[in-house]
Amino acid sequence: MMTTNAAHRTDSAPVFGFWLYLMSDCLLFAALFATYAVLRTNTFGGPDADALFNLPYALVETLILLTSSFVAGLGMVAASRGSKTGTLSAFIIALLLGLAFLGLEVHEFAGLIAAGAGPSRSAFLSSYFALVGTHGLHVALGSFWMILALVHTAKSGLHQDTMRRLTLVSMFWHFLDIIWIFIFTFVYIFGSI
Amino acid sequence: MTSARSYIIGYILSVILTLLAPALLWLHIYNHHRFPTHPELYAAAVVLAVLQLVVQLVFFLHIGRESGPRWRLMALFFAIVIVFIVAGGALWIMQDLNGRMMPDQAQMLQYMSEQDGGI
Repeated sequence: MMTTNAAHRTDSAPVFGFWLYLMSDCLLFAALFATYAVLRTNTFGGPDADALFNLPYALVETLILLTSSFVAGLGMVAASRGSKTGTLSAFIIALLLGLAFLGLEVHEFAGLIAAGAGPSRSAFLSSYFALVGTHGLHVALGSFWMILALVHTAKSGLHQDTMRRLTLVSMFWHFLDIIWIFIFTFVYIFGSI
Repeated sequence: MTSARSYIIGYILSVILTLLAPALLWLHIYNHHRFPTHPELYAAAVVLAVLQLVVQLVFFLHIGRESGPRWRLMALFFAIVIVFIVAGGALWIMQDLNGRMMPDQAQMLQYMSEQDGGI
């Protein structure tokens, strides 16, 4: 049975410390968003956002990542109830959805590069790959971290250490979904207007 | 304290907000680009994104539901201020620089001819 633990409380020190990291990560993304906003019309005679991006494709990516974030939340609900099986299955689904998102993004990048619209084509594309690529890298690292947390939980069960780990991973996952909302809006929606 | 209800409400609201932006875009094309207009679409997209940010902060990250001093909320407000300074400031400066760039040759000739009868 699970014991009451302080690590899961939203006002505990590790959670607050990790929150401060997330806020500083916001600033990294703010700089990348600002760069993209400034350079998005500098296409150097190459294709612009309207010509390159496929809104339905981006919408599918958005819904997959959103669902992944939601399922990770359900995983935390299961964890707070002490259900190891529930926690593991929810996080495995969240992880698979995250990997599906990454697969779609890699496919999109490969398509752009194959069509001659790689990061070196124009300032617009450099800033696009920097912004979306940095988010993708975060998702990739988050997936790896989630695998570690899952293995840890599968081996030793739900206790203070694994609860803390799962709490922080799920916070990271929700944060990445929030960043993606703004990428979806400023890159894909604005690009289609 | 962590309830599935919170996540389900947050998820439903997020899906609706996500689908609204492409729906407005579709309405724009359906109405032959007359309604909603481009400035309205840009504004609506930003409003929808900010609403979804608030929804996910409240229902997924449980911000503002801390007991005692709300340190996470304060750190968030500080981060938002810095984000506005970085992103807003960059856009402001670059826009201003754009306005000060040397005009192209045709514009310069036009300006000179307006000044003193040209060259």
